[in-house]
Amino acid sequence: MERQVAFIALFAALVAALGLMPQFMLPFGVPVSAQSLGVMMAGVVLGSRRGALSMILFIVLVLAGLPLLAGGRGGLGVLAGPTVGFFLGWPFAAFATGLIVEKWGKGNLLIAGTFASIVGGIFVLYLLGVLGMSIRLNKSFMEATSMVLVFIPGDVIKAFVAGFVLQGIAKARPSALLSRS
Amino acid sequence: MLSLTVEQRSWMHGWPVSAKLVILCLFTLVLWPLNDWRLLLATNLPVVVLYLSAGRSFAKAGAQRLKPLLYLIAIIFAYQLVTGRVEEGLAICFKLVATVSLANLVTMTSRLDDMMAVIETLAKPFRFLGLPPRALGFAMGLVIRFTPLFLQRGSQLNQAWRARSPKRTSPRLLVPLALSAIDDADRVAEALRARGGLQQEKTTKSQSESAPEMRTE
Repeated sequence: MERQVAFIALFAALVAALGLMPQFMLPFGVPVSAQSLGVMMAGVVLGSRRGALSMILFIVLVLAGLPLLAGGRGGLGVLAGPTVGFFLGWPFAAFATGLIVEKWGKGNLLIAGTFASIVGGIFVLYLLGVLGMSIRLNKSFMEATSMVLVFIPGDVIKAFVAGFVLQGIAKARPSALLSRS
Repeated sequence: MLSLTVEQRSWMHGWPVSAKLVILCLFTLVLWPLNDWRLLLATNLPVVVLYLSAGRSFAKAGAQRLKPLLYLIAIIFAYQLVTGRVEEGLAICFKLVATVSLANLVTMTSRLDDMMAVIETLAKPFRFLGLPPRALGFAMGLVIRFTPLFLQRGSQLNQAWRARSPKRTSPRLLVPLALSAIDDADRVAEALRARGGLQQEKTTKSQSESAPEMRTE
C-alpha cells in the first residue's frame, strides 16, 4: 500500500519536473517538452492501473492551481482551453501503455516499451486530444488532426526513449518495475 | 513551490471556493451552445470588469497568464481566415478567451489549501472503492515536495554530463533520473511504514508528511 502510493506520487512528481525543465522550440514557436515522455514513462514503469492513478493525481494538482504543466501553466483554465483532450487523456495513455508492457511476454523490453508508448502515448493520447480539439474549436476530426501532426515525429522519438528507460530500469532495478511483476 | 494564486488579496479572494467553482461551471455551460460572435464578445465584458475590479496590477497579471492561449488563438484564427470562415473563427476565439480567463480568475483568487480541501471533499466517495482517506492528501504533499527535488537533480545530472562530455546532453540521462525517483519512492514507503503506514486512523499530518532525509550526491 505505502509503496504503491509512494510510486504513484513520485512518478507524478517526475512528470511535473520533466515539464518544468527547459523546453526546446520548433521553428514556429511550437514548444516541445519532455512532459509527454513522462506520461509514457509512468505507463511503462508503473503499469496500467498505477500509471493511470499517477496521472490522475497530476491532473488533480494542476487543476488545484499548481503551475506544473510545461511552460508553467496550470489552473482551471486548462479545462476550458483547446488542449483539454490531451490533458485529460494522460491517464488513458498511461493505462494503455502500461497494459501493453504488462501483457508483453518475454522478449526485448526496448521494443516492448517503445511499442507500448507509441500505442498509448501517441495513438490513444492523440485520439482523445484531437477529439477534444475538434469539439472545442468546432472542427472536423480530420481538420483537428492536421493541426497536431507536426508533433508526432517528436513523440515517436520520445516513445523510443521511454523504451530505453524501461530497459535501463529492468537492468538496474528489476524489482522496481511494477509493470512487470 | 509557487502556486498560481495571486498573493495580493482582492474582494474575490474571500469567497468560498465552492461558490466560485459553481459560478464557473454555470458560465461555461451557458456559453457552450452560443455561436454568435457579437454575443460572445459581450460575454467577455463581465470577465474583464471582474479582473479590473481587483486592481490594475491584478488585471495585468491575469493578462500575462492568457499569453500562451493567445498564441494558439492567433494560429486558429489564421486557419479560419484562410478557409474563409471569419465569423466562426471570431466566435470560437471569443468563447475560448472568456471561459479560460474566468477559469484562470478562479485559480488566481483561490488559495491552494482551500482548493485541496474541496478536492478532498470530492474524493470522499472513493473511500468505498478502497482509497484510504489520507492517501490522496499525502500523495499530493509528496508531489509538491519532490517536484523541485527532481528538477534540481535533473540539472545536476545535466551538469555532470556536460563536465565530462563534449557532446550534447542525451536523453539517456533519464535512466538515472528515473532510477533516483524509484529509490526515493522505496525510501518514502519504508519511512511511512515505520511511522505506522497510511491505513492507521489518527496521526498528525505534519508527522506523516515529513519526507525522509535525502541523499544529495
